[in-house]
Amino acid sequence: MAGVIIFGLAKSLELALIAIGFSFVFGISGIANFAYGAFYLLGGFLAYIFFTSVGLPYWVAAIVSMIILFVIGALMYRFAVQRIRGAMLSEVIVTMGLGIFIIEMLRATGFIGHNRYLPAFIPGYIEIAGVGIENQRLMIIVIGLLLFLILWAVTRYTRIGLAFRAMSQDELTALSIGLNSNYLAMFSMGIGAVLAVIAALCIIPQGFLTVDGAYEVLIYALAVGVLGGLGSTVGIIVGAFILGYAQTITATLFSSQWVMVVTFLAIVLVLLIKPSGIFGKQKELEERV
Amino acid sequence: MEQGKKQFRKERIDRGIYARSADIFAVSSWQEMTYLLLPRAVPVILLLAMPLILELTGNTYWAKVMVVLAILGIMAMSWDLLRIAGMFSLGQALFFGLGSYVSAALNHYFHWPIFLTIPVGTLGGALLGTVLLIGTLKLRGIYFAMVTLAFPLLLVRAIQATNFLGGTEGVATDAFPNYWVGAYVSMGALLVCFFGFRRLMNSDWGLVARAIGQDDIAVTASGINVFWRKVQVLFIASGAAAFAGTLITHLLMYAGLSSFSLDYSILPVASVVIGGSGNFAGALLGSAILTFATEALRALGPLRIALYSILMVIFALTVREGIFPYIERRYHQFERKAEII
Amino acid sequence: MSTSPVLQVEGITKNFGGVRAVDAVSFDVYSGDFLGIIGPNGAGKTTLLNLITGFLKPDTGKIFYQGKNITGWKPYKICELGVARTLQMVRPFYHLPAYKNIIIPLCSPRALKLSGSKYGERDDIALDYLEEVGFERDTAVPYKPAGILPHGYVKRLELARALAMQPELLILDELFSGMSMSEVASTMFVIEKLREKGITIIMVEHRVKELVRVANRLLLLNFGQKIVEGPPMDVVGSPEAIKAYLGTSEEVEQ
Repeated sequence: MAGVIIFGLAKSLELALIAIGFSFVFGISGIANFAYGAFYLLGGFLAYIFFTSVGLPYWVAAIVSMIILFVIGALMYRFAVQRIRGAMLSEVIVTMGLGIFIIEMLRATGFIGHNRYLPAFIPGYIEIAGVGIENQRLMIIVIGLLLFLILWAVTRYTRIGLAFRAMSQDELTALSIGLNSNYLAMFSMGIGAVLAVIAALCIIPQGFLTVDGAYEVLIYALAVGVLGGLGSTVGIIVGAFILGYAQTITATLFSSQWVMVVTFLAIVLVLLIKPSGIFGKQKELEERV
Repeated sequence: MEQGKKQFRKERIDRGIYARSADIFAVSSWQEMTYLLLPRAVPVILLLAMPLILELTGNTYWAKVMVVLAILGIMAMSWDLLRIAGMFSLGQALFFGLGSYVSAALNHYFHWPIFLTIPVGTLGGALLGTVLLIGTLKLRGIYFAMVTLAFPLLLVRAIQATNFLGGTEGVATDAFPNYWVGAYVSMGALLVCFFGFRRLMNSDWGLVARAIGQDDIAVTASGINVFWRKVQVLFIASGAAAFAGTLITHLLMYAGLSSFSLDYSILPVASVVIGGSGNFAGALLGSAILTFATEALRALGPLRIALYSILMVIFALTVREGIFPYIERRYHQFERKAEII
Repeated sequence: MSTSPVLQVEGITKNFGGVRAVDAVSFDVYSGDFLGIIGPNGAGKTTLLNLITGFLKPDTGKIFYQGKNITGWKPYKICELGVARTLQMVRPFYHLPAYKNIIIPLCSPRALKLSGSKYGERDDIALDYLEEVGFERDTAVPYKPAGILPHGYVKRLELARALAMQPELLILDELFSGMSMSEVASTMFVIEKLREKGITIIMVEHRVKELVRVANRLLLLNFGQKIVEGPPMDVVGSPEAIKAYLGTSEEVEQ
């Protein structure tokens, strides 16, 4: 029982970490960044390269990786997305295409041979309430909570956070009061990429670096988003917790086989009942009339 | 007035030869009739003749490629149909896989013959696909894209984990009774789909669907039940893609996880982006280009999909119209330099 | 004129978050009426129309059309009963030729039922409607893509779109905004002809002068509430109307 609670918590925050990068960009700039999985993979991969081949201390490698991905995310917006901003189909095609390009290039060039592992922040495991849990999982809980706290504080108490909130509510109005929506969108995409890297660094140590993990991450980001409602941080957390606990309970009570089925069914159910997600802020018809 | 150098500008003139009412061309000479019929006849003749030619020259490998072309072509047209009505799908593989699995299950577990599994597989795939996506139709288009992307990938993992329907190994199915049936069913279906979709979109039903893709609020204000129309379009498009899925099941004599693979979602999109959207001819052209590119570049292996995706991005950012509209324009208009007086 | 109202609006309210856009509005419209709805910007006029035509669901209250309770009905079902509206933010189908814009409402269930048209016939019917609202028939104008038409034409296209549904109740949302004086005059002429055919009309407008001449009742809306209702001259001259548009004398002096 205690195991379910603790593992469920870790799983939920893991899912929340995965989803927040995607939802953040979507909520602020309205762009669905389908290259999100690619950022996750690339971030983890770069950290690995800097750590092993280049020999930097791990925390330095991590930070360098985040900086690089921030730049990549911002540049992707500036040179690819900005040109076709507003044409939703083109946005989807471009982000998806670039994402696949990155992922498949990594598959074809960088991943031949042995498995690649990322180190855990604090190796080993400890016991809580008679349940053994890896330290990494605990780190996920801690980092996850910390991250959401920081995000909440930034959006509520800083000027840039205010600018983000303005833009997410009504971009046109934000433009008319002098906010440069392109810079904000660029910045938000960079941050989204950094969030992807953070998620990667927390989660990959639990297993190892795989190319298909990039697609998994994208699916989970979408799944949590659809469940909880994209663009709403509360929605992401709620969606992540529901999915996280559903998965943990299924794995414990039945078997890990059924986890994916449960995920699939959960989404089908939400789509049939409340398609915009539990906390979905889907604009009602009239706001478009 | 500038003296000295003559200045020119490019001028585009229509080769005006026809008057049109409803769907009948009023033409007055053999020359004009050929001009109009030729572009339509060429693909028909090519597609119908190729299997024959290839078989007779012993190129059975390329004959199989033709069937793949038919499959990809149908998928591309199905994607284009959805796009025109405002539904951007990143998961044609969903309908494809559903059609593939339904027909495979009927064939493998219940021993239904091919001429039954294909239609029922098509219908089943269409129904399942429509039901799964019906909730997203009321939301912004991006949700449709996201859900269509996620579903096939989720289904793959669910099937893998539960070993349902053969799990990772898939199920074996019957092949077509002989080469000719397979080849001509595919070619025939491709042509029926092509001309059928064009006829459909030229009708008033199609006009309403196109309008929905542009502005669904205005269509709602015009008294149309937009949701229901979208459901109809979704059903037809998913049926076409499911049909393609049933074809691959019996072509490969196997149905498995690969039916839901991302390739089947991305290649149709790439085909249409490269070939040009909106009139299905571009979809056909683009899928032909990509099918033959896939074969020619076999040596590259997994790099190919990276190539298609980056091509897709480049086209989406720069050329945007696609190749077919360009060809069409050159055919219907001619450019000349006119002097600026 | 029949004795029971064609449209009954009872106490409808709509909130958006903390803002009350429409506040307990009630009124009746009788067959053959020409009801003008006026009020300053932000008074809730368009929201009220959206509620009546099904684009929005009211939080409280009921709406009856021809005796049927249509509260919460979807727009297309309300159109089927014979209600048509123009959109304030005109949105033609930019890439389609003007006349094809009209074919779409001609494909609505009501229009199909009443006209029994088939494919190929609708082109001419569309051109007829365009002519009715003032598009010159034998020119290239009806064939041009709607996106390049001048604003006055686009607004009349919008009117033709509503007419193509053969409504019994026609709801016009700021149709005259952006039109020149001559366009307003000719369009008003078209609307008066519709009235002669017995169509009931609700018109939201800022150009009160035109409304006063043709409407038989006026309704003043402000802050989402019905302020005054009655014959046009009474409403226009009422102290509430003056206050709504100009403010009270104390406010003016400040």
